[in-house]
Amino acid sequence: MSTSFVLNGKPTTLDADPNMPLLWAVREVVGLPGTKFGCGMALCGACTVHLDGQAVRSCVMPLSAVAGRQVITIEGLQSAAAKAVQAAWIKLQVPQCGYCQSGQVMSATALLEKNPSPTDADIDGAMSGNICRCATYPRIRAAIHAAAQSFKASA
Amino acid sequence: MTKTTQVGHVSHPILSVLTAIIAVALIVSSYIVLGPGPTAFAGGKRVALSAYQAQDPTGVPPELKSASLVERGEYLTRAADCVVCHTVEGGAPFAGGRGFVLPFGTLYSTNITPDVETGIGGYTDANFLDAVHKGIGRHNTKLYPAMPYASYTYMSDADALAIKGYLFTLKPVHAPAPPNSLVFPFNQRSLMSIWSILFNPDRRYEPNVERSAAWNRGAYLAEAMEHCGECHTPRNLFFALNNRQKFAGSVQAGWRAYNITPDRSGGVGAWSDADLMHYLSIGHADGRGTASGPMGEAVDESLSHLKPSDITAIVTYLRSVGEVSAADLPAPKPNPAPLSPADGLAANVAPRGKAIYEGACVGCHGWTGISPVIPFATLTGTRAINDPTANNVAQVIIRGAQRHTTNEADDMPAFGDAYSNAEIASVANYVTARFGAKGSELTVAHIAQLRAQD
Amino acid sequence: MTRESHASRQPTRRTFLKRAGTATAMALTIGFDWAGPARRAAANVAPSAGAVFAPNAFLRIGIDDSVTVIAKHVEMGQGAYTGIATIVAEELDADWSRVRVESAPADAKRYANLAFGTMQGTGGSSAMANSWTQLREAGGKARAMLLAAAAKNWKVPVVELTVEKGIVYHAGSKRQAPFGSLVRMAASLPVPEKVALKDPRDFKLIGRQASRVDVAAKVDGTAQFTLDVVLPGMLVALLKRPAQFGATVHSFDATAATAISGVVKVVQVPRGVAVIATSFWAAKQGRDALRVEWDDTHAEKRSSAALMDEYRQLADRPALSARKQGDAAQAIHNAAHKVSASYEFPFLAHAPMEPLDAVVKLSADSCEIWAGDQFQTVDQRNAATTAGLDRQQVSIHTLYAGGSFGRRANPGSDYIVEAVSIAKAHGADGTPIKLQWTREDDIHGGLYRPMYYHKLEAGLNDKYELTGWRHVIVGQSIMADTFFAPIMIKEGIDPTSVEGAATIAYAIPNIAVDLSTTKNGVPVLWWRVVGSSHTTFAVEAFIDEVAHAAGADPFMFRRKLLEHEPRMKAVLELAAEKAGWSKGPMPKGKGRGIAVSEAFKTYVAQVAEVSVDETGHVKVDRVVCAVDCGTPINPDIITAQMEGGIGFGLGAVQYGAITLKEGRVEQDNFNSYRVLRMNEMPKVEVYIVPSTLPPTGVGEPGVAPVGPAVANAIFAATGRRIHVLPFPKTGAA
Ligand code: FES
Ligand code: FES
Repeated sequence: MSTSFVLNGKPTTLDADPNMPLLWAVREVVGLPGTKFGCGMALCGACTVHLDGQAVRSCVMPLSAVAGRQVITIEGLQSAAAKAVQAAWIKLQVPQCGYCQSGQVMSATALLEKNPSPTDADIDGAMSGNICRCATYPRIRAAIHAAAQSFKASA
Repeated sequence: MTKTTQVGHVSHPILSVLTAIIAVALIVSSYIVLGPGPTAFAGGKRVALSAYQAQDPTGVPPELKSASLVERGEYLTRAADCVVCHTVEGGAPFAGGRGFVLPFGTLYSTNITPDVETGIGGYTDANFLDAVHKGIGRHNTKLYPAMPYASYTYMSDADALAIKGYLFTLKPVHAPAPPNSLVFPFNQRSLMSIWSILFNPDRRYEPNVERSAAWNRGAYLAEAMEHCGECHTPRNLFFALNNRQKFAGSVQAGWRAYNITPDRSGGVGAWSDADLMHYLSIGHADGRGTASGPMGEAVDESLSHLKPSDITAIVTYLRSVGEVSAADLPAPKPNPAPLSPADGLAANVAPRGKAIYEGACVGCHGWTGISPVIPFATLTGTRAINDPTANNVAQVIIRGAQRHTTNEADDMPAFGDAYSNAEIASVANYVTARFGAKGSELTVAHIAQLRAQD
Repeated sequence: MTRESHASRQPTRRTFLKRAGTATAMALTIGFDWAGPARRAAANVAPSAGAVFAPNAFLRIGIDDSVTVIAKHVEMGQGAYTGIATIVAEELDADWSRVRVESAPADAKRYANLAFGTMQGTGGSSAMANSWTQLREAGGKARAMLLAAAAKNWKVPVVELTVEKGIVYHAGSKRQAPFGSLVRMAASLPVPEKVALKDPRDFKLIGRQASRVDVAAKVDGTAQFTLDVVLPGMLVALLKRPAQFGATVHSFDATAATAISGVVKVVQVPRGVAVIATSFWAAKQGRDALRVEWDDTHAEKRSSAALMDEYRQLADRPALSARKQGDAAQAIHNAAHKVSASYEFPFLAHAPMEPLDAVVKLSADSCEIWAGDQFQTVDQRNAATTAGLDRQQVSIHTLYAGGSFGRRANPGSDYIVEAVSIAKAHGADGTPIKLQWTREDDIHGGLYRPMYYHKLEAGLNDKYELTGWRHVIVGQSIMADTFFAPIMIKEGIDPTSVEGAATIAYAIPNIAVDLSTTKNGVPVLWWRVVGSSHTTFAVEAFIDEVAHAAGADPFMFRRKLLEHEPRMKAVLELAAEKAGWSKGPMPKGKGRGIAVSEAFKTYVAQVAEVSVDETGHVKVDRVVCAVDCGTPINPDIITAQMEGGIGFGLGAVQYGAITLKEGRVEQDNFNSYRVLRMNEMPKVEVYIVPSTLPPTGVGEPGVAPVGPAVANAIFAATGRRIHVLPFPKTGAA
């Protein structure tokens, strides 16, 4: 069975089990490995992608559910908010092991795209579903604030 | 009557009080005992199956008419949902051993594989029919009505024996049932024969000639096979179904089986036929809810295996029952919560619940209650989230929802091990307040009670 | 749409590297016998174009001026790559922007961890300490050779040359030469025997903010982990393991599993039954459909609660002495005031963010492994034994590890051996097989931080001075029954069971630390900060109780007992000062607690501030941390490791517990094995003690004091002591 959707701006048709979680479709069928597997149960956020602009956990999202929709993975991040987030991540040297960071960047970008001046509470609301075992949390928080600053300045 | 007269002449005050009590008890119990049968609400003329001219409501649906006996037996076994109760988690199907925590002790289901020693391998047809229809085991043991024989009693002999035929094709599993742990007097099995006399009509289904064929099929499936009332109809003092409140909802094994009468706000009156069909066949209807707990099992193991014509028949039947209003259940709030956690619900409602929600729940359920991931996880509009007791919400948090009808990624993990009773209460109170019509006020004690239902 | 079309539409960094690699295939590569198809997966960063100068095993300089540092340690988040590169680049005076890092192959001769002796591996927060002199010399010698080359080219004396950011200058003749232009000449010169190392005052990178070499790739998703390895024809395997440790396969029925499309083979291996498929998803569905009957004859069937009961009883029975100084029993007997307490610690899972995984390509005469490998020499040996090959026939490509916290360094190489055994059962036909663990596999998978029971008694004289200290530790040995045992276990004492307790730094005249080593079927392993993950809690929570009994301020009481421990005292004072300890008690519902520790020769003190609401819910608001790790090589990474250690330790003390019921692990995933999340992370402030002493590690020591600091803060706020970990779930019925 095939599923058609728009992946990182490009119309894509995958011939795969419609029940296959989007995570594995993107990683193994398409070959985009930036999105990570951490729990498979929407508990850690490592697999976060954008679905129609919203941060979602691709590990529990059946491929069939994205038919006709827009999916963006870390490989396809283009927006000004995304660039601000990634620059702030580098400036504040956020990653440690790095494994969770694709997901963190995706969640943070989705947050900034909707809310260009998030408060600490907004950051908790958007980011607490993304586990970082290296506990880079203080830097993630600082980097989101920094990204918001530069994003606003550039806008 | 003689006795009563005698007593009536005694003037001792204690005795007269006693007399009064007995008299009231007799009146009450006869009211209960003589309560209506499950399909009595429909009125109309009923005839014996053999005398019924229209399409036979028993057996398998037309699609399977030419199927083998075993296939038909399998379908009916599914329809009667034997497997859920007769299988312990992780155990061999039908080998029994699942525990049922009742107010008066724990009952364990029996092995119904054809093992001679521990299962039903030695059962004759008559033995089997006695068990299914009368709750009488092979060695004349009286079964507890946790086995829904007061419902199965409406099952035709042919259907019951087709089930037996199917069960006998299974691999025998040697698995003695664990001993029940019931308190006196409930550990007296012989009492069950009295119960049976009072509450088991011991009658096969009698079609209602004034109703459609679909209605009769639906009634047969709902009553004799699926035994919906066993959970959805409240029980009386003697643990028998109170059909005066038919399908008005009840609490079973710690889960709330909701009102499924046509009441618009508290029942399913506002649901479309398509909603009901979806819900029964996949355990989910958009904007209505997702089956979990015992209903999830019923859908996974039984309803989802039924042919569409049978699901339609059940819906037809369900639509015909009397409306009973559910006083404590408000109409579900249809609108999603605001996108930002800061908006909507005042931040001072269960702040710990909010902290947990943002860490563990929001990934699937979102801040609006409309799941960004899969419709199964949408909270907005569901019965459970709009139930101010939050009973089922708390249960799902504690135990998760493991569904087999769909992709396993749809499972909700159980959070009971990681969170305290206070935390679970606060997250349940938070979600019902944020997404429901009326927030719950669960306490630590409520959660402790729910946890005890293992 | 196919994989190819997607890749070509948008060249990822990886495809770019591949092309770049091909373009420079003519380049000379010295000292590398493992290039080839492995390169793409193994190289974490760009291989330097035209590497021509490789004076030793640790660096190559290319004609394009690139400096490639070869890291003998795995990068698992702790910043090892950056630290290693910094040390080399400092003595080399390299241009930091041209420095790249590549992981070393498994080769104990060249890449041994000098702290471990002759074996290659990463652990014990030793990467900087053991590399310090070795890599400074490696950089210094290369620099000397480049200078010699320039001197020779320009015919000027070496002493007239200077180097800055990868360029050699001769002031007199105003000549300059970038490294790349000198490498051909340098490569022909002899390697100097000795080289003078820089005076720390001249450090330009060390102690400054050298940015991490791995950050960019970890921000755009191109960093390559084992999960991301794709090799031609590769299959994915999931292994079904028994629910109880020690159970074995009795029989299995693969009918349903093999019916799943994509499932290639179902094979039995010593650890269980593996489903080999063309994709993760197929393997996962296959494993779910697989039915296995287990033989539990030799399985551990007890519950963790029963084991703890046994431990409690053992604490009162005779044990082995790990430290004896004076007569503690007598001192406590004679004491005017006595204090006693016990502490209980659960099993803990490491739960690194990347579930364990390894790719193995096994054929009749070679075994190639890709993994976030933390224990190369051990893994090489165990893989060889499993495969029936010589050690030299096993090569390892070490990739970025998505966290480890000790889990990937295990004496039995569990996940590597599993992968090799599956490849072997598949036929050892050269098909690459990726063994992937799920999170559930990880949580159920054993090799936990052991469960421990600690019992402590102290005696104070009539002046409230601490005179006697008795500490009994009960729990499993990590090293017992491993090849470490004969070397490390002395007179029955596994040092990892007692470090931090037997080495207690407080000046107490009479000390007895005893160890009762238990045995059971639950596999255990070191976990971040090893022994100090429990001993520091016991010591620091108990000394707080003793201070309270003495009516003393917890900070002042400790400080007095550390007069002869200047480094420990200094971090204690620094943390207290920065936290505003002298401001006195906090308002109602809040509390401040302090703890100090030494682990792997790094000293860390922390002050935690907590608030506790009416329901008893604890929120950690702030942690102030002071650290002395010798020369701070990269202050920002030190800070990051303290932050990370604090978050990791906090999650563990607040929520972490692996429990067993009838031998079955009761937790499954992050729903039931809770870890710290963003909204639970306190504010963290880190202060680094300036130092020119040799550097020590920072990956682990930040974990140790946070638990007791928070527990002591809870006491300050509520008057309640915590004796059982994790902290109670408040409000639990
Ligand atoms: S892998 Fe999807 S949330 Fe963890
Ligand atoms: S950086 Fe390691 S898990 Fe987040």
